[in-house]
Amino acid sequence: MRDRLRSWLPKLVLAPSFLLILFFVYGFIAYTGYLSMTDSKMLPSYGFVGLDNYERLWKLRHWTGSLKNLAIFGTLYILVCSVLGLFLAILLDQKIRAEGVLRPIYLYPMALSFIVTGTAWKWFLDPGIGLEATVQSWGWTSFEFDWIKDRDMAIYTVVIAAVWQSSGFVMAMFLAGLRGVDGDIIRAAEIDGASKSRIYRRIIIPMMRPVFLSAFVILAHLAIKSYDLVVALTGGGPGKATEVPATFMYSYTFSRNLMGIGAASAIIMLMMIFSIIVPYLYAELHAGRKVER
Amino acid sequence: MQAMPGERRSRWRWLLYLVLAVFALYYLLPLYVMLVNSFKPLEEIRGGDMLALPELWTVAPWSSAWSSAQIGVEPTGLKPYFVNSIAMVVPAVLLSTVLGALNGYVLTKWRFRGDGVVFALLLLSCFIPFQIVLIPMARVLGLLGLAGTTSGLVLVHLVYGLGFTTLFFRNYYAAFPTELVRAAQIDGASFFRIFFRILLPSSGPIIVVSVIWQFTNIWNDFLFGVSFADVDSLPMTVALNNLVSSSTGVKEYNVHFAGAILAALPTLIVYVVSGRYFVRGLMAGAVKG
Repeated sequence: MRDRLRSWLPKLVLAPSFLLILFFVYGFIAYTGYLSMTDSKMLPSYGFVGLDNYERLWKLRHWTGSLKNLAIFGTLYILVCSVLGLFLAILLDQKIRAEGVLRPIYLYPMALSFIVTGTAWKWFLDPGIGLEATVQSWGWTSFEFDWIKDRDMAIYTVVIAAVWQSSGFVMAMFLAGLRGVDGDIIRAAEIDGASKSRIYRRIIIPMMRPVFLSAFVILAHLAIKSYDLVVALTGGGPGKATEVPATFMYSYTFSRNLMGIGAASAIIMLMMIFSIIVPYLYAELHAGRKVER
Repeated sequence: MQAMPGERRSRWRWLLYLVLAVFALYYLLPLYVMLVNSFKPLEEIRGGDMLALPELWTVAPWSSAWSSAQIGVEPTGLKPYFVNSIAMVVPAVLLSTVLGALNGYVLTKWRFRGDGVVFALLLLSCFIPFQIVLIPMARVLGLLGLAGTTSGLVLVHLVYGLGFTTLFFRNYYAAFPTELVRAAQIDGASFFRIFFRILLPSSGPIIVVSVIWQFTNIWNDFLFGVSFADVDSLPMTVALNNLVSSSTGVKEYNVHFAGAILAALPTLIVYVVSGRYFVRGLMAGAVKG
């Protein structure tokens, strides 16, 4: 009896967490999936309508516009963060004396809430009072920077703020990668007379492939999830110019009372994230197992 | 590089430092602007130069943001919401860290058939877009009688933090010598005795990582707060957003900035005091540690 208890104890300890996750994550995903095929409006209802909500969703310009914004935002966000992160990491890796001061300065925005970041940048980019007004007050009176009020440019202000927040983190990832490069390889290349820039282009940067991949996965899933920053910075506006799937889901579910469509949009978001993250995690876990053997 | 003549080399170093300094300014600028303008009277902000130091220093925006600014319908300032956030963060961080430690222990030292699946499901839960759980969670909180309460938010943050805390402790304990655990088992030490006497004493660093990670994430959360909280349980981030985006009356930018800094202060302090562990947490989520 005691032995049986003993062999069950570890599983008993793990069970509460497992059951919580099973119910609150996977059960909820199933429930939202089911709701997306019902005629739920303000409250869940269970009249089955098949894929109608998905069909209606893809006909909504509000939704396709959100996806387009996400595509612009996500692509630029990932691209600029990666390039800037790698660039700063390489500069910091040149035996910089002030590294201990600079690194935390580059990274601290990551500790802030997106609401704080949004508040700061919203004001900074506000033409009436922020950067534009400041530069004009210095005498350059024709200076204009009003992207945040411009339907065509507003989505780029989200990129600016998001890059400010996350690029330091990508820098830290690349810096850790650079520090892991075997010094012997570089010394050997130097002896062969290769220039510094050539060593970086031909040897070191190609070795950063796993970091690029991790950065891509992390940034892509952050981009698809981003909600707070858009709410705080632009509120989805002007008009619907900066709506993204996350804000779309919220407004359709809770303000417009079209819960079936809201649920369908959440399912699409989940599929986007899983199509990136599942192969990545599978490869990571698989690689780990190989090493153990 | 060693082939470069000395003069060219030192010019190159100057350029390097210059570029690094420019980027440091870029990252610091928004914080500087918020800080400087939170000490200015409103007329001075409207007057123009956001980079200038205040001509007339005032702490009125700070005391207003803390204790008298209009948030929603109540002129309470951010203070009660700061308290709400603390009441939510402390239990959620502690519970998720304790469970994460036990999970990591079981998943590495008491392995069983199917433990890989359990871990994979926990890990995958870290990445779900939370929009997918908003509707059912609102219903379940209602059924449990936890709608709009701080306890409800603690439950939410506990559940969606478990994946991360388990990941931290699992990776950390995976590197811990299993022979020590086996030897203790042969000596008849129990499951919990081994955990408390052997693993826990050497878990200091990863506990710090887990606590900081959870603290930062939960403190900074907006989506769950805005979806599930009532006036009595609204966290700081939601209150700040209400303060900043309220459409009535004059926009008191200086008060907004003071409020934003107040909302950022706890996580900033944690970052300054123990940035090293903060970075480790970020990394553990990104590259397998």
